[in-house]
Amino acid sequence: MKPPLTPGLLALRIIVVLAALLGLNYIIWRWTSSVNWEHWWIAVPLVIAETYSVIDSLLFGFTVWRLHRRSDPPPPPPGLSVDVFITTYDEPLDLVVATVEAAKRIRYPHTTWILDDGSRPEFAQAAEDLGVRHLTRSAAWSNKPRHAKAGNLSNALMATDGEFLLILDADQVPDPDILDRTLGYFADEQMAIVQTPQYFVNVPPGDPYGSQAPLFYGPIQQGKDGWNAAYFCGSNAVLRREALMRLGVSGYAAAVESKVKRTVSAAGKVVRKARRQARTSEPHVLAALEAIDQAVKAAETDLRDGRALGEITFTFQNRVDAAARSVVAADFEAIRADLAELDLEDALSPDEAEEAVLDDHVLDQLAHRDWSPLAAINSIQQLTRAINVDRDDEAQPLLPIATNSVTEDMATCMRVHAAGWRTAYHHEVLAHGLAPLDMASMLTQRLRWAQGTIQVMLSENPLLKKGLTVPQRLMYWATMWSYFSGFAAIAYFTAPALYLAFAVMPVDAYSWDFFVRLIPFLVVNQVLFLVVARGTPTWRGQQYSLALFPVWIRACVTAFRNVVFGTPLGFAVTPKTAGDGVRHTPWHLIRWQLVVMIGLGIAAILGAFQLHRGAISVLGVSVNLIWVLFDIAILSVVVRAVRFRPESISSAELQPKEAT
Amino acid sequence: MIEFETREGENGVTVIEPHGRLNMVAAPRLRELITEIVNGGTTRIVVELSSTEFIDSSGLGALIAGLKAARQAGGDLRIAAPTAQVETVLALTNLNRVLTAYPSAGLAFNDD
Repeated sequence: MKPPLTPGLLALRIIVVLAALLGLNYIIWRWTSSVNWEHWWIAVPLVIAETYSVIDSLLFGFTVWRLHRRSDPPPPPPGLSVDVFITTYDEPLDLVVATVEAAKRIRYPHTTWILDDGSRPEFAQAAEDLGVRHLTRSAAWSNKPRHAKAGNLSNALMATDGEFLLILDADQVPDPDILDRTLGYFADEQMAIVQTPQYFVNVPPGDPYGSQAPLFYGPIQQGKDGWNAAYFCGSNAVLRREALMRLGVSGYAAAVESKVKRTVSAAGKVVRKARRQARTSEPHVLAALEAIDQAVKAAETDLRDGRALGEITFTFQNRVDAAARSVVAADFEAIRADLAELDLEDALSPDEAEEAVLDDHVLDQLAHRDWSPLAAINSIQQLTRAINVDRDDEAQPLLPIATNSVTEDMATCMRVHAAGWRTAYHHEVLAHGLAPLDMASMLTQRLRWAQGTIQVMLSENPLLKKGLTVPQRLMYWATMWSYFSGFAAIAYFTAPALYLAFAVMPVDAYSWDFFVRLIPFLVVNQVLFLVVARGTPTWRGQQYSLALFPVWIRACVTAFRNVVFGTPLGFAVTPKTAGDGVRHTPWHLIRWQLVVMIGLGIAAILGAFQLHRGAISVLGVSVNLIWVLFDIAILSVVVRAVRFRPESISSAELQPKEAT
Repeated sequence: MIEFETREGENGVTVIEPHGRLNMVAAPRLRELITEIVNGGTTRIVVELSSTEFIDSSGLGALIAGLKAARQAGGDLRIAAPTAQVETVLALTNLNRVLTAYPSAGLAFNDD
């Protein structure tokens, strides 16, 4: 929704334009006039890193261009049916009970559900005592992919019927008026999701882990909201069931279509290979192979033309069966041997074709091995019979919540936007939660967010996804782009250190020309942050975006391997309780930052020494010295965080507070 | 409110006719009804939609769940006589690529 153009927004836009012009001016000059090609191996990485940062700044400017501070929400329409979902996997009972008790106090009529993915009997008992519903996975999920929280929610969607759902993480204690303040937005029939902030009550003074995200749950979400791209963040949000179920139904149709396509394509590969290798001179065998080849081509044409899948598979199956009947299956022994070798005898025996699970691996194997013509015909016949619309590789045919990313919230939200729905960000804290209280949990959480985001980028790129508007594409892209900062950080750490230690210059000169372009850009950028955040400190977030560079790089690498090669991510659920056992400082968690800090420290000493002796370029050395000290200041945040002891603050502060 | 009328068709086919709005409240009941019919030994089911005024995605979800139950029991679930609103939702979700709508319940299982 387009925000009204207030004087404040106008001023903000002037700063945005200024920052953009200064950024472009600087980076164009850098590329065209100041790259020191003699040391291209550091000059080029540095200018690429700078380009990255300028683009990041442009995307931020675009985000806040339509900064939308919504006024009071409309009143909630009476009589809506609402389910409150409290998702839990391994959180302690008392923590969940506190959330459930608060959920019961929500004023708008609703049904409270504990979605207990740990299936714990004491939770069932507690739910009964508290008079709320307790839900675990249905039997259909045994031996099927569980899809973590996405699976838990998809399971619940099949077992409940509220028109709206409030989703709460186990530790997010809701205010009694959370529904009264959010349901009004749904008077707009295209409104699918209303997200409220995630606010943490157990964050110690100074926020050593950077848990509060005032820039995100503020100007960034409000800016995205202005472009109708407010994100769903997994908790503290109200969702319209119809929007999710529609994703489930279209997702099912797409999955069936893709399965049919892959099966037809595998059949095509098998038959073509069999034809090439056919040693037989028996004309009826060759004719049968040709007939199947024709059937494959016809099916592929039909698929392209969008004929109904039921008809396509029906015709295809009939033609293959007819071809198979035309040859005398005398060579049963050969077929058996072929299948036994693949260990597919059970999977592909005719009586059990219905239950055969033809995953990609099996299809691939079938397509790439050598076949005798008869065995090829037989295997294609089994393959086509196993085409089914059950989606039997999944627990439920309908999976409304996206499963292609560990950040299912972002992936689902993007699909909701692509389907044409609207979302809103309601900037009012209506639930109070717990942030991780030890370094390892915090790092796991950040890694998971980054991995999930990169997974979405690689598997469902917003720039290519159908249905999104251009600004929506850029809003999703901006989030993804921000996770590449780890690579830029390396250039920012290396360049000044190289100069101080070895006098390697990545730029032509650290001269007036340089600073007159760079400094105004940096200053206006900080002013922009200050203005959009209305004075809320955002420095912690800026520090972490560079200081966690090993986490971001690891996330990019693991997510790439996961999406492209199917390697597991090593996914872990974010622990919600402090790691009590940790008494010693876990320095190993920040070993890369320590290595970089030591390197920068040595470079700084060398630089100071040069200044003392009378450096060739006082300006160059001074600037790089400041740069190095700035890097160290940025990185120091992790040293403070790793030494932080949650025991040092009172235990009362660690408990979620009751809503007041 | 919705009512489900069931009747025996030709060749051991059971016809279900939902009268009213097939929405998120009605969907679980339709799922249960189809499961009962399949468990009772009838695996060929037609859902006749001519008097279904409205269907939402939860309703479509129930049809898909029914399709899965029928297929796994060796039968099939087909839909017949959808209204314009139902056709729109089928097209919107691309479900018409999977579930072909037949003009009438009598024609749904004519091909086999």
